[in-house]
Amino acid sequence: MSDIKIGTEIPSLNLPPISRATLALYAGASGDHNPIHIDSDFAKKAGMPDVFAHGMLSMAYLGRMLTDWKPQSQMRKFSNRFASMTQLQDVITCGGKVVEIFEENGERRARLEIFAAKRDGIQTLVGEAIIALEEKKAAV
Amino acid sequence: MLDRSKVSHEFASFSTDVEKGRLKFFAKAIGEKNSLYSDELVARAAGYKNIPALPTFPFVLDLEGPEFWPVLDLLDMDIGRVLHGSQEFEYLGMIYAGDTITVTSVLKDMFDKKGGALEFIVMESSYTNQHGELVSKAVNTLVYRTP
Repeated sequence: MSDIKIGTEIPSLNLPPISRATLALYAGASGDHNPIHIDSDFAKKAGMPDVFAHGMLSMAYLGRMLTDWKPQSQMRKFSNRFASMTQLQDVITCGGKVVEIFEENGERRARLEIFAAKRDGIQTLVGEAIIALEEKKAAV
Repeated sequence: MLDRSKVSHEFASFSTDVEKGRLKFFAKAIGEKNSLYSDELVARAAGYKNIPALPTFPFVLDLEGPEFWPVLDLLDMDIGRVLHGSQEFEYLGMIYAGDTITVTSVLKDMFDKKGGALEFIVMESSYTNQHGELVSKAVNTLVYRTP
């Protein structure tokens, strides 16, 4: 674990293109039935070109990147803003890097800058995570 | 403009069961393939009490109340004009399959940008398990495109 330092990159997560099926499945599983994500007619009436992805779907992808990197029991904080919309067929990549290492509550923690971006480089989510660097099973 | 007098409104708290099948469905929907999130034996071998709820799952619990997004009615908003501005989670413990989680939420703040074209609604939620342990906190900021 001591190999983690400021600048360490989190292994990126590459997602398949966003499809209508992806959004339907996420709507059902998450309980977010907002029709703007699954009903094209509704989305167009609301002034959108078509349905677009739930922001929380991309945040869940960012979460996958984080739990692939460190056990979820070491996750302390996870936040992002939704910077731009993710449209159908967009291909999302999640990435991040360590920007600070500090002590808090008796443990070493890393602060990560994290993002989700489209192929053209436009960021859709920009956020931060705080991850404990040692396992502390008692905290589970 | 949305009714700012609603700031500090406390939404009715509710309790909801975290079902194993739901956790597995959620994992599938986001493409999570780590069997820790679908197989109880794998989860226990990794030191967890049961299948853990994935990091963004508290937001799913928000939607399990008796009314879908009560803030829509409270502020008389059109769902087609609501966007998600930002989301924060803090983890004080874990949520597992089999837990019963009590969700409490308060409308913390409201403000506008772009001369009132966009209104921001900030809600804070907390998640407490059946043992009375506060396991997570969240801040959810919605953006409303003013008609």
